[in-house]
This record gives sequence, structure tokens and C-alpha cells, in this order.
Amino acid sequence: MHSSQPLLSVRGLNAWYGESHALHGVDLDIWPGETVTLLGRNGVGKTTTLRAIMGIIRKRTGSVAFDGQDVLKLALHRTAHAGIGFVPEERGIFATLTVEENLMLPPAVDRGGMSVEEIYALFPNLLERRSSPGTKLSGGEQQMLAIARILRTGVKLILLDEPTEGLAPVIVQRIGEMLLALKQRGLTVLLVEQNFRFAAKIADRFYVMDHGQVTDSFTTAQLPDRIQSLNRALGV
Amino acid sequence: MTMIFGIPVQALLGQLLVGLINGSFYAALSLGLAVIFGLLRIINFAHGALYMLGAFVGYLLLAFAGIGYWPALIVAPLIVGLFGAVLERTMLSRLYKLDHLYSLLFTFGLALFIEGTFRYFYGSSGQPYAVPPSLAGGTNLGFMFLPNYRAWVVVASFAVCIGTWFLIERTKLGSYLRAATENPTLVQAFGVNVPLLLTFTYAFGCALAGFTGILAAPIYQVSPVMGSNIIIIVFAVVVVGGMGSIFGAIATGYLLGLAEGLTKVIYPEASNIVVFVIMAVVLLVRPAGLFGKEA
Ligand SMILES: Nc1ncnc2c1ncn2[C@@H]1O[C@H](COP(=O)(O)OP(=O)(O)OP(=O)(O)O)[C@@H](O)[C@H]1O
Ligand SMILES: [Mg+2]
Repeated sequence: MHSSQPLLSVRGLNAWYGESHALHGVDLDIWPGETVTLLGRNGVGKTTTLRAIMGIIRKRTGSVAFDGQDVLKLALHRTAHAGIGFVPEERGIFATLTVEENLMLPPAVDRGGMSVEEIYALFPNLLERRSSPGTKLSGGEQQMLAIARILRTGVKLILLDEPTEGLAPVIVQRIGEMLLALKQRGLTVLLVEQNFRFAAKIADRFYVMDHGQVTDSFTTAQLPDRIQSLNRALGV
Repeated sequence: MTMIFGIPVQALLGQLLVGLINGSFYAALSLGLAVIFGLLRIINFAHGALYMLGAFVGYLLLAFAGIGYWPALIVAPLIVGLFGAVLERTMLSRLYKLDHLYSLLFTFGLALFIEGTFRYFYGSSGQPYAVPPSLAGGTNLGFMFLPNYRAWVVVASFAVCIGTWFLIERTKLGSYLRAATENPTLVQAFGVNVPLLLTFTYAFGCALAGFTGILAAPIYQVSPVMGSNIIIIVFAVVVVGGMGSIFGAIATGYLLGLAEGLTKVIYPEASNIVVFVIMAVVLLVRPAGLFGKEA
């Protein structure tokens, strides 16, 4: 089924917050163009996995190969230039920057990113409010801005942490449509999501995490058979 | 003679002008401190020494290389900025991971070291630095005689303040600086070389101090203690304005310079302490400073 090499290949990834050992050997692969969802209860290490891949957490062992490159060796600001974009759980919209400055902040790392015109066509709200401070946007708009600014950069892989957390159902649906549009453009996404019903609409495959490890993986087609055991595993 | 509230208008305007000139120096210096504090979160105790260094570089350029005021106005800040960049890269950057007290102690020690070095060679007496011929003389404003050089100081300092404000609030580089002030890790994760940005910011703040120093050289004499004389007032300005606000640093600098001038006509005995009295009052009423964010 998979023709080429994985775009991202994580093997035996361990990570620490100070003395506290948060990841205990995470293994996962993502092929070009896939949307892969990471499921798991609160505190199992989903966010930590994304931060460790990105290099925000520096105390790491194991290997993270991206596009044939060993990312663990890179300085934090080189990871983005290797082609990985990060949308943090807390969204990270800057209050002292306008909406447009927020949008333009991440440097373009490759050709093939969306143009500002395309982004404004996709998110008319952002155009309308482009000169207001970033944090004056609603939660949903801030989430869209957080995703939009990474789309500009031309990265190959987006690490997307709980984009629907705390948002109203209409906005969640809107974000779902957006992620589908990205998928059609061939973007590769590693999505952290608690809501697997939402994720089922966009993801190709799932990984389940527990205690800082990947404990299960399955395709979206296999999801219906798993619903009961998942509900138990995720404590929903 | 025209009087306002029993004060001769001539004396009033004259002292306000002196206040404006002092305020120009306060504004430029506290601006440099605010720029550095904003991103690096350290209080640059070496700021006064770097101001003195700017004046001395100008003096030495003239004495040993025959390089005059106008080229020195560019070269001296560049040299002081470069010095700042080297300091940040080789020493200060190693202290970021530690408690802020360490970088504070480091810049304090640095100030003593720079000042001590110049004291060793020049004592504490001042060296004269002549006003450039193109700005010699003055203009009679009717109520007072305004030396051209002093008018230039007001204009140059104001231009630099506005330029810095523009750089930070209205440019791409400024948006990196503001964003990195809020969340340096995320900005670096986006692919911006934040360590380099920190070096640039420190160097820029130092260059601002150097520029103010060379600007001050023809007015005050060039002396090893000129920095410690002015920096105490500038720290009071920073406390009154509140840390971290670019606009606040500029506005408070001018405000306190004018307040000092005004006090000289109304109650001259208090003119040396008025800044500190204002500081005490502000600390009581609004501890975060006039332009600071309440915690
Ligand atoms: N900054 C930190 N310092 C110390 N420990 C942390 C830090 N951030 C997270 N942890 C710990 O690391 C573990 C994994 O946390 P992580 O944030 O990766 O979980 P998560 O799966 O993303 O959870 P959630 O669904 O709540 O976002 C948790 O035990 C958490 O308490
Ligand atoms: Mg999380």
C-alpha cells in the first residue's frame, strides 16, 4: 500500500521534563500525504510527542527521521526549515501582533505554501480583522489563524495539537472541512485529537498512546470494530 | 518683564528647554534599557558605562585618528554595538538559563570594569569635546539664546526614539522581537533564529547608549564618571515609566526632563531630587509604573 519511504519515522523516542520521564520509547510512521491521528487520555504524552519531534523539548533520545534527515540533531529553529510546522495546543497567538502580523510571522521555509490571498479567501474573517490584535479574535478564529500561518510556510508536515478543543460544534465542523482541504492539497498531518469521531472523518490511520508509549494502531476502516474498546481505553 | 504666576517667562522657557535637552538623553537611554529588558528580561546595569564608552570612542577617534564628529556619530554607536554583541555572545548568553540575578550582577560588574578602566587612564576629570563647526553658534529665539548644537541634540534624539519605536512596532523585524518577547520558544519553533535575535537586540540597545554618549560629548565633558552620573536618574525614569514599554520609556524620559527644568525655576533647591520624589510617589500610587502593566 505504501509506495515510498515514510515522511516521518519515529523510533524509540524518549523525552524528559527535567527529571520527569514523559515519553518511554514512542514508535510511529507517517507516509507522505497521510493524516494520522494520535489518540489517548489526558496526560499520556501526546503533546509531549509533538514537542519532542519539533525539538521544543531538548532532552530526548531515540531517532526522528524526517524526509531522510535526522531531526534530533537540529537546533530548534532549523526544524521548521527542514519542513515541519507546529500548531500548539494553546494556539500561541501573539497579543502584541496584529492578525496579519501573526499570519506573516513564521518564515516561509519552502515554495508551495499557500499565498496570503488564498488564505484570506479560505478565512474571510481573518481578512476582515487583519489589523486587530491577534488575541482579540474568538477562540475559533484564533485556531484558524494558528493553522493558517503554518499553511503559508510551505512545510511538508504539520503537527496539529487538539485543534477542536473547547470550540463550538459549528466551528469544529469548519475546522474539519479545512483539514480535508489540506489533505486534498497533499499535506501530511500528525493530528492530536481526543474526539475520534471527529478525527474519523479526516484521518487515514490512528495511533493510541498510553503512559508515554504507542500501545495500538489501526486504520480508519478498522475503527467501527474498535469503538467499544476505544471508549474504555480513552475513558470517554 | 512678562510673568506667569510670579515667574519670569524667560526663565521658565529657558529652563524648560534645558529640561527638554536633559529629557532627550533620559529618553534615549531609558529606551535602550527598555528594548533590552523587553526581550532579554535583564536590567542592563552597564548602560551608563556604554553611554560613557560611546562618548570616549568619539573622543579617541578624534584624538588618535582625526575622525570628526559626524563620522563618529555613526562609527561610535557601531563600535559600542559590536562590543555589546561580543559581550552577549561570549558571556551574557551563558547566563540566560540561570536566575536573572546572575545577569544583573554580570552587567553591574561590567559597568564597574569599563568605568574603572577609563578612570585608570583618564582619572575622573573631563576631556573637552568641541561642538562640530557646522553646529557652532546659536539662534536668538527672542526669549533666549539657543545654541544650535542643543537644538540638534533635541532633534537627533527625538528622531532616534521615533525610529526605534517604528522599528519595533511597525516592521517585520519588530514583529519578531515582539513575538519573541511573548513566547521565544514558539517563535524559534517557527524557524526564527531567536538566539541571534537576542544578540542583535542587546547590541542594538548598546548602540543606542553609545549614540547618546557621543551626542552628549560636546555638551557634558567626556569623563569616565559621566555614565554613573546620569544612569541613576535614568533608572528612576525607568521605574516611573514602568519596564518594558517602548513608548512609556520615551515619554517618561521627556516628562521627567521637563519636570526637572520646571522645578529649577519654581523651587531650585529641589531640582536635584524631584525625579526621585516623583519616583517615590509613583511607586506608592502605581507600583507598575505609569505605562507598565499592572501585575
Ligand atoms: N512542562 C511540563 N513540565 C513537566 N511535566 C510536564 C510538562 N508538560 C507536561 N508534563 C507531564 O508530561 C506528561 C505528558 O503530558 P502531555 O502534555 O504530553 O499529555 P497530553 O497527552 O498532551 O495530555 P492532554 O490531553 O491533557 O493535552 C503528563 O504527565 C504531564 O503532567
Ligand atoms: Mg496535550
